[in-house]
Amino acid sequence: MSEFLQFLFSGLTVGAVYALVALGFTIIYNASGVVNFAQGEFVMLGGMITVFAHAAGLPLPLAALAAIAATAAVGVALNKLAIEPARGAPVVSLIIITIGASIFIRGAAQLIFDKQIHSFPAFSGDDPIHVLGATILTQSLWAIGGAFAVFVGLWLFFTRTILGRAVLATSNNRLAAQLVGINTDFVMTLSFALSAAIGAFAGVLITPITMTSYDVGLGLALKGFAGAMLGGMGNPKGAFAGGLLLGLFEAMTAGYLSSQYKEAAAFVVILAVLFFMPQGLFGSKSTDRV
Amino acid sequence: MIKTLTTTVPAALIALGLAAAAHADIKIGASISATGPAAFLGDPEAKTLEMLVKELNAKGGINGEKVELVLYDDGGDANKARTFATRLIEDDEVNAIIGGTTTGASMSILAVAEDAEIPFISLAGAIDIIQPVKPYTFKTPHTDRMACQKIFEDMKKQGIAKVGLISGTDGFGASMHAQCKDVVGEYGIEIVADETYDPKDADMTAQLTKIKNAAGIQAVLNPGFGQGPSIVTRNYKQLAIDLPLYQSHGVASDGFIELAGKDAAEGVRLPGTALLVADLLADGDAQKSVVAAYKAAYEAKYKMPVSTFGGYAHDGFALMVEAITKAGSSEPEAIRDALEGITGLAGTTGVYAMSAEDHLGLDLSAFRMLEIKDGGWTIVE
Amino acid sequence: MRLSSKHLTLIIMAALIVAAPFFFPSGYYFRVGALIFVNALAVTGIVILTGYAGQISLGHAGFAGIGGYACALAPVHWGLPPALAVVLGAAVSAALAYLVGRPILRLKGYYLGVASLGFGILVAMVLNNERELTKGPDGIEVADLGLRGLLKDWGLNLSNGEFWYAFTGLCLVIGAWIALNLFNSPSGRALRALHGSEIAAGTVGIDVARVKLQAFVISAVYASVAGSLTALQNKFVTPDIAGFMHSVEMVTMAVLGGVGSVPGAILGAGILTLLPQVLTVFAEYEQLILGLVMMLVMIFLREGLVPSILRKIRGRGE
Repeated sequence: MSEFLQFLFSGLTVGAVYALVALGFTIIYNASGVVNFAQGEFVMLGGMITVFAHAAGLPLPLAALAAIAATAAVGVALNKLAIEPARGAPVVSLIIITIGASIFIRGAAQLIFDKQIHSFPAFSGDDPIHVLGATILTQSLWAIGGAFAVFVGLWLFFTRTILGRAVLATSNNRLAAQLVGINTDFVMTLSFALSAAIGAFAGVLITPITMTSYDVGLGLALKGFAGAMLGGMGNPKGAFAGGLLLGLFEAMTAGYLSSQYKEAAAFVVILAVLFFMPQGLFGSKSTDRV
Repeated sequence: MIKTLTTTVPAALIALGLAAAAHADIKIGASISATGPAAFLGDPEAKTLEMLVKELNAKGGINGEKVELVLYDDGGDANKARTFATRLIEDDEVNAIIGGTTTGASMSILAVAEDAEIPFISLAGAIDIIQPVKPYTFKTPHTDRMACQKIFEDMKKQGIAKVGLISGTDGFGASMHAQCKDVVGEYGIEIVADETYDPKDADMTAQLTKIKNAAGIQAVLNPGFGQGPSIVTRNYKQLAIDLPLYQSHGVASDGFIELAGKDAAEGVRLPGTALLVADLLADGDAQKSVVAAYKAAYEAKYKMPVSTFGGYAHDGFALMVEAITKAGSSEPEAIRDALEGITGLAGTTGVYAMSAEDHLGLDLSAFRMLEIKDGGWTIVE
Repeated sequence: MRLSSKHLTLIIMAALIVAAPFFFPSGYYFRVGALIFVNALAVTGIVILTGYAGQISLGHAGFAGIGGYACALAPVHWGLPPALAVVLGAAVSAALAYLVGRPILRLKGYYLGVASLGFGILVAMVLNNERELTKGPDGIEVADLGLRGLLKDWGLNLSNGEFWYAFTGLCLVIGAWIALNLFNSPSGRALRALHGSEIAAGTVGIDVARVKLQAFVISAVYASVAGSLTALQNKFVTPDIAGFMHSVEMVTMAVLGGVGSVPGAILGAGILTLLPQVLTVFAEYEQLILGLVMMLVMIFLREGLVPSILRKIRGRGE
């Protein structure tokens, strides 16, 4: 029992990391249909800027806020300078642009910061919580709680606010959205700012667990993307559940089968889900436009 | 317009060529993973080489000749490393090569260097690089195999007979894992649990729980580098596993203690080099002055602690300088012969004694078994 | 008589490949040339998949990995000559592409991207983890192709660099020839129809699924052969060959040059292979510049370099 519980905690910790990254994908995807491959870089920036701002003397909460604000600004810049000028470009081009942006941000981070691995202290100390013979770090609870808060926030945003509905409307039909008076440029800018901020927030929460360096973005983005795909792209519920499921699946495979193939097993499951439920676990059916 | 171009471009090219020829008598090439997944290792290596060349030239070079360093960044990619090795030899016409941060890159470079008969000093760990001995290939880091032997020797002294392994799946972790499994039998030690983790994993408690529950287990060994071992060490404390934890030379740096946390790292043992414990070395120690000088210069210049990996580059460069000085020539053949004849050269990693049969020139004594106490290093022996 | 644009393309290509060595200042340039040719071959496969059939793959490096490791493993374990190992690798890649492609190609857009990405990562993982067979992340040595020795016996003594330059150049011309023929064949026209609209193509009687699958299998063979050539040339191969970044590199090269055009594939491969070699002086800035180039081309030359340039030239002529 304590063994199972430990695997469960391990999976929740890892899953919270994936879910936080996956949630960042949803807003931009909803507003523009673009999967932002630079999302992992936002997570990296959140962690790295906090580390360096903290080292420069800012108290940790202020450093984290500064990191989130700075990353949101990077998100806005990405939209204004790279996505907006490419409006109407095919999907492949948009994928390449965001991959290019991710390589660019990584290159800049390597110059501005350094190539070392960094971390900062956990928010509530390093002492684990004991439950029935298993343990979980308090920082994991912060990450799980953070992921849940972002999920609820996004859900409320999309269903209860005019702005959130404007984002969805823009994604459905840009012209129609403009006709009913939605400022679609503003909606896009806002989406990038929010996505980047969520990414940076994730970076702040997970750095005490995973540590950070200039090149952590790509690995995190791939896992987060896989989690989002598993749950259903663009759906906050799907991102949250998909990320957690992916983490749990890896931990259970590592615990009960072989740690060597935990990731392979995770990808096999994703492929299987996509074959049988192409829209992901929580996605909705879409129709094809001619 | 066209006329000015046709006259100025060749003039500029000639000027460049002359300028290069005027102050570069000995060319040493380097292909290092200053970026990419092995940047953590390669970055201090590149920095070290740049610093040492500058120092050397300020002191007048070798036998009155200046040294020019041609440094390329292969990103740890074997295919790129081969291209840069070809470029160094055929285009830059270097006298010798240092580099190959990762084993894959080193294997690629050595194939080109052997073909062209250019001496090459590798900075990667695997034993395959120098065994079987290849005429022009040398290396400075002790092999993974030696790290395993040093660790198992210490375990045997502690009366440990059953161990669990938790290894990173990166090149470093996988290679050391294989070597450890290969030599463990010689020490009468049995591996009772064998788990792996991905270098980017966030949590290893699942694997450690399995290891903890293995029957009769007495100690755990973690071959790996980067952030993985720090997370393993933290998770180890989280699970309150009450067994000795051994790390590898891959994390032999002050950064590891900082990342894993002072409390979690307490009592961790690992085989390290003299560089880590410069202040603790006995006054008569052959390595003391070399280690202290390198550490002081590097930390003053780059404002960051020295790492074992930068030390490998330091030793590679020192061997090269010694060989060229002794040979009195920068002909590749002469450098090779002189390299093979080097004995008693104290580096940061150990005291090198090369021979025709041994192109590494280090034995187990180069490693020192270290233990972390109160957030600092102590020498066990 | 007027040369068709297909023959003109091939003749210009061959002439450039033959003429270039007269301007090479050192043997290193043969190596760079061979790298460009191998990359261009793989990218030609992407052109067939993405340019002709409009499908995105982020996992083609997986097929390159299969081709590369076939050359490393088959000669050692089954005593196959390296040349046959290339064929074996291509056959395995084609079979896998067929099996994986059938369900994958039902997916659209990003879902196809992520499914192929998952496939590529799986291949890389197997290469990394099956240490007993592949020797793991550190890589494995590859047997000599033996052709160079054979040529030597026939009196043609080439250096290693010269041989690989010539051989990969020849492979590229053949690969381009096949792709251009495909472009003009009935199924090629069907493929291009797809790029416009699948549903429209379906209504005029094209078996959409079959044609997409064909393109996927053919492009997998291109990637596999390119992987084999890389491994044989280096006499060494590491799992990096199957890595995600290699897949991205292939797609970027294709899109940079112009995803619907074979000359574009070659130009894209040339530029992105040369870029890191030219940027060594700015090694620290290499990633920054690479990322910037990718974004700028996609924003300002959406169709890629070759189609954009051609349009400019034609526009001026009219």
